[in-house]
Amino acid sequence: MIPAAFGYVAPTSVEEALAALAEHGDDAKIIAGGQSLLPVLRMRLNAPEWVIDLGRIASLRGVRDGGDHLAIGAMTTHHDVGQDPMVHEHALLISKAITHLADAQVRHRGTFGGALAHADPAGDLGAPALALDAIFVVQGPGGSREIPAADFFVDLFETAISDDEILTEIRVPKYGGWGASYEKFVRIAHQWPIVAVAASVRLEGDTIAEARIGLTNMGSTPVRARATEQMLAGQPATEEGVAAAAALAADGTTPPSDLNGDADYRRHLATVLTRRAVLAAAGRG
Amino acid sequence: MTATQEPAAGTEIGRDRRRKEDQRLITGRTRWTDNITLPGMLHLAMVRSPFPHARITGIETEAAKQSPNVVAVLTGADLGEAQGACINAWPVVPDQVTPAHLPMPVDRVAFAGETVAVVVARSAAEARDAAELVEVDYEELPAALDLKDAAAAHENGGAIAHPDLGTNVSAVWRFDSAEAGTGGDVEAAIAEARENGIVIEREYRQQRLIPAFMEPRSTVVDPTGEQITVWSATQVPHILRFAIAATTGVPESKIRVIAPDVGGGFGGKLQQTPEEMITFAVARRLGKPVKFTETRSESLLTAHHGRDQWQRLTLAATKDGHVTGLKVDLLADLGAYVAIVGGGVPVLGAFMFNAIYKFPAYQFQTTNVLTNKTWTDAYRGAGRPEATFAIERLMDELAAELGKDPLEVRELNWIKHEEFPFTTVAGLEYDSGNYEAATARAKEMFGYDALRAEQAERRARKDKVQLGIGVSTFTEMCGLAPSRVLGSLNYGAGGWEHAEVRMLATGKVEVVTGASAHGQGHETAFSQIVADRLGVPFEDIEVLHGDTQISHKGLDTYGSRSLVVGGEALVRAADKVIEKARPIAAHLLEASVDDLEFSGGRFAVKGTDQGMAITEIATAVFAAHNLPDGLEPSIDSEATFDPVNFNYPHGTHLCAVEVDTETGQVKLRSYACCDDIGNVINPLIVAGQVHGGLVQGIAQALWEEAVYDDNGTLVTGSFVDYLLPTAADTISFDLDHTTSPATTNSLGTKGVGEAGTIASTPAVVNAVVDALRPYGVHDVAMPCTPERVWRAINSGGSGGETTEAAAPHFDESEGAAQ
Ligand SMILES: Cc1cc2nc3c(=O)[nH]c(=O)nc-3n(C[C@H](O)[C@H](O)[C@H](O)COP(=O)(O)OP(=O)(O)OC[C@H]3O[C@@H](n4cnc5c(N)ncnc54)[C@H](O)[C@@H]3O)c2cc1C
Repeated sequence: MIPAAFGYVAPTSVEEALAALAEHGDDAKIIAGGQSLLPVLRMRLNAPEWVIDLGRIASLRGVRDGGDHLAIGAMTTHHDVGQDPMVHEHALLISKAITHLADAQVRHRGTFGGALAHADPAGDLGAPALALDAIFVVQGPGGSREIPAADFFVDLFETAISDDEILTEIRVPKYGGWGASYEKFVRIAHQWPIVAVAASVRLEGDTIAEARIGLTNMGSTPVRARATEQMLAGQPATEEGVAAAAALAADGTTPPSDLNGDADYRRHLATVLTRRAVLAAAGRG
Repeated sequence: MTATQEPAAGTEIGRDRRRKEDQRLITGRTRWTDNITLPGMLHLAMVRSPFPHARITGIETEAAKQSPNVVAVLTGADLGEAQGACINAWPVVPDQVTPAHLPMPVDRVAFAGETVAVVVARSAAEARDAAELVEVDYEELPAALDLKDAAAAHENGGAIAHPDLGTNVSAVWRFDSAEAGTGGDVEAAIAEARENGIVIEREYRQQRLIPAFMEPRSTVVDPTGEQITVWSATQVPHILRFAIAATTGVPESKIRVIAPDVGGGFGGKLQQTPEEMITFAVARRLGKPVKFTETRSESLLTAHHGRDQWQRLTLAATKDGHVTGLKVDLLADLGAYVAIVGGGVPVLGAFMFNAIYKFPAYQFQTTNVLTNKTWTDAYRGAGRPEATFAIERLMDELAAELGKDPLEVRELNWIKHEEFPFTTVAGLEYDSGNYEAATARAKEMFGYDALRAEQAERRARKDKVQLGIGVSTFTEMCGLAPSRVLGSLNYGAGGWEHAEVRMLATGKVEVVTGASAHGQGHETAFSQIVADRLGVPFEDIEVLHGDTQISHKGLDTYGSRSLVVGGEALVRAADKVIEKARPIAAHLLEASVDDLEFSGGRFAVKGTDQGMAITEIATAVFAAHNLPDGLEPSIDSEATFDPVNFNYPHGTHLCAVEVDTETGQVKLRSYACCDDIGNVINPLIVAGQVHGGLVQGIAQALWEEAVYDDNGTLVTGSFVDYLLPTAADTISFDLDHTTSPATTNSLGTKGVGEAGTIASTPAVVNAVVDALRPYGVHDVAMPCTPERVWRAINSGGSGGETTEAAAPHFDESEGAAQ
């Protein structure tokens, strides 16, 4: 379909982008990879007067080693993040999630920051970012600020980024040596997850020392399976050791009911997938 | 892999020819309808109803008319009778209730998506922008949405899709073998089985599907010539021309319809659509060329849907597994209007519920019901997938009841190969087949016994992943069709096909067919047939189709008819060329006609080395300097073929699935099929048809479902929610063929366009149910979603209804104000 007409600006620096945003305010929309925004425009679900394209801001692209963390530029494509050896080494969970995200075309256009800013609770990157306690760096007229993942996701399609701000970077603490698995449950390959579980674990011998678990599409934002994480610490990395903790994964969640499954089914899936994800992350899958 | 038959040396038939048409199709060098641009062409955008049933109380078009570069905004009232009408070609009973179907209604809409106004502008974008400005006032009316409720609405005061008709029941069509004299009394058989045998009673749902062809529909109309030219992405250019002429009063001779390369149809483009009629009317009214191309969303919402039936089934059998009777009671959802085939779709299934079996008694009834949803019509298989699903599911249920192997129970009941030709309880004569041979080959490819052993082992071990094996021994009737039979069923047209062979002066050959390919590969297969028949090189043959100026006569492509009907017409036209050339050859060779032999493209004088190629004769005829006295200087020929019977491909399909009992996820493990489609012209094309057909049928079993909510809104309005599989979701299929040539066409071929789709759906569902039998499951509703499978395991039943809501991945609250 054909979007309504809009004005287009393509700034080459964050400052210019912020100025454009300030100028057009509510009438403007940022475009990153366009993989979520363009369908919205084409289906005429929305018709911003201005579209501000971040595609020419070189500083927003690429993965940097920040010492104790990796800094992923908001405009780095899913493909580039997925292929990055540093991400593989220090944030394996993210690499794993990206292999399941959409299809190759979308991965070459869609961006890490765009997906997280879009805040679809069925998006594949929110749960890993939350589980790994990523820090979201946003820049606005008054400079930049850091938002912890736990505060970033506010509601369905809603984040802590203000209207006059731009997400510039996502900082992911390093988790060298942690195992990881992303269990995505779909009916057909190119689907958003019905439920997915992002699990990363650190083993000491055959025992789970620490676990970090994020759930995709189990509420209006990505959620952390804290009860499961706590119970896993000190458990043997075996089916029996993991099962009881995994059974708690859906506690307190409020998943949606739709074509692909009702809430009770999703809660059940979350427990099964959590068990599998943790065992796979521990190399026992 | 396909075991390819080795073609005889020097012959084209049987050769794995790559498709000639693919280069232009795959590289995008062809011109699809939407690529056509004419001088001064205007563009249309449709304004569509958001309500399933509403009175139109006002349409405010001023703002749209003022929008930049808008030329006109027209409503149904503006176009009036010039719109023509959308026809139903098959009133299945004389008193069928058929709502009038104006392309653009004047005062009431009957489904969400129906067009209420059309905007004409200089660009498609401007037309779309202006369409947003048309204000329509609606007064909502109660909508008939649920099929069962709608069927009973005239009795219980429920919503009526077209209130002035007083009922939603369009037709009740019935066949009874006792009444027809083709078999016994089904009620007696059921009563007897209740006493002394087995009765299986089931209710199955055929969910609503969307054909989802690759190229959305598009129409360009140029009214500026002496003939009004219509380009349309259609399967049926000839039928479209007829329908436009018949309903608008424009003489048929003043209309030229062209179906250029068309990107798929699956039945979804055999319609005479409202959009085509509106485009035609607007072009005539404005006297300018106009184009309408639908969006994918419009396509999913308004191009006709398929299937959508409830099937109530009663099977009677003896305790040793001989079926004694089958009773079928259908409810079929026609949607808001009776489409071109419309109520004929369930009737096409009526003759196929008895399938490959020798049932002594049979009764079929369908109640065709109007609702306020998108109209339904033929979709790959049209009637036969529904029938095959029902009977193949029931045969598995009977086997489970008896504790026997499902193939054994089938064999007890099927027609033996020595019994062909065989007249069935539905009154059809099956010409050829060998169910034993196809089944034996399929079992061997599949490794049936080893998989059964693995299944037993997993069951014993209570493995969380269970193995299921599904069987489908299908047959179908295709090659539509004998005109007389169609006439006896009240169908509005015949079923013949036409072909021409033109011998060009330079020795090249043009073949014209009335079939209208839209992805099947006719150009390649038909060239192979003619190459063999006339002994000319494959490369020298051009197949022309899809333009009523070139192919003046034809009944188009659907119902797996192109090869078995159109191919036979072609053979006959080619044979006439040879016969016309024969006296000329004799004359030029100074030999007697009786002394000539034609083979390998040459007339040879027996016992000599004298001879002449048919292409040389074509050149001589072009010059016409030296022909026998009084002979017409042409060897071009045409033929129209009307088959005496349908065509009955069959096959045995075996599917293994792994069911994750913890999540309900179904994974295809292996799929083997042995199809008997008679002689094969091009094994590569056949493999493509079977592969695509299988995926489409598997998709009904596992993935696809058009879902409406209580407001009559199509929830699966995009490919985010209408789950079309891709290659990533399927497995590699094992294909082979047995060959029982058809006796009703001279090539001995049978249709293959729909076979895979018809066969595969029950094979997959049977496999899913088979995996779950230890859990007490005896049905899982389609599509067998993981949730349904999980519910069937954990709470019985067939898995429950689909929740009528979709997740919003693209959100309107996205940013800036509207
Ligand atoms: C066919 C298809 C399948 C898909 N499947 C999946 C899937 O399986 N899993 C999955 O997770 N995702 C999936 N997606 C979504 C995909 O990941 C998108 O790339 C992503 O959601 C949006 O990223 P983008 O860069 O394209 O952002 P855009 O579409 O350009 O923008 C999305 C939103 O974020 C805002 N935004 C973008 N960048 C910034 C920024 N730097 N600062 C502030 N706001 C910003 C925009 O204004 C807009 O509101 C799919 C998309 C498609 C088209």
